[in-house]
Amino acid sequence: MKIILNNNPETFEGNSITVNHLLQLKNFTFKMLIIKINGTLVQKADYETTAIHDGDEVSVLHLISGG
Amino acid sequence: MTFEEIRNILQNKTVGIAGAGGLGSNCAVALARVGTGTLIIADFDVVSEGNLNRQYYFYDQIGKPKADALKENIKRINPAVNVLVHKICLTKENIPVLFRNCDIIVEAFDRADQKEMLIETVLTVFPEKPLIIGLGMAGWGKNDAIHCRKEDNMFICGDEVSEIGPDLPPIAPRVGIVANMQANIVLEILLK
Repeated sequence: MKIILNNNPETFEGNSITVNHLLQLKNFTFKMLIIKINGTLVQKADYETTAIHDGDEVSVLHLISGG
Repeated sequence: MTFEEIRNILQNKTVGIAGAGGLGSNCAVALARVGTGTLIIADFDVVSEGNLNRQYYFYDQIGKPKADALKENIKRINPAVNVLVHKICLTKENIPVLFRNCDIIVEAFDRADQKEMLIETVLTVFPEKPLIIGLGMAGWGKNDAIHCRKEDNMFICGDEVSEIGPDLPPIAPRVGIVANMQANIVLEILLK
């Protein structure tokens, strides 16, 4: 499956992956994240159950302290 | 557009500013100078001496609640601005209430977990409201790394990598740049 992740094309095996799986595969280890699929926020509680499919646009924003 | 035309538009607008620290105080002052009608400012903290290296406060305000001190400063710059202060900790319950009437919300928190809470709340409850986030402004130099990008109704200002730390403190120039970038995006949206 092909998706756009943070404006870059990415390819993964299979028809879908969960958000949690994506985080593991891409080594996104930051704790504070904002994740959107096709412009819609994915709630933290749903990372394990929300699936990403072929053609989806995913954005993962890493939040850092300061301000 | 003349400044008078700009002011006529802005005086009917309301901007919410979550946090009155480095980003919030500087952003609020910029928006006050150009005549934004109403600023809603929320911060539970007090001014301390260490804040003065970047936050829009003065030595004689040390010990004062930031929200009150910022209101004072704004009133000295532009008395026409309506300033509503909330000396409370923002939560996902009160954000939808306090910022209900804002045309735009500016995220000006310090801690990453607070930023996360605010962004999640606004994206859930007010997905149509523009949200201007400050992300990555510690240290000095590296002007070129500071940028602003748009993701739907979210605007991210900063370099997105410079996290604050003991050897990378937030200090006036870079913090001021990001805070003013946030204010500049507010104008871009409101003056469209």
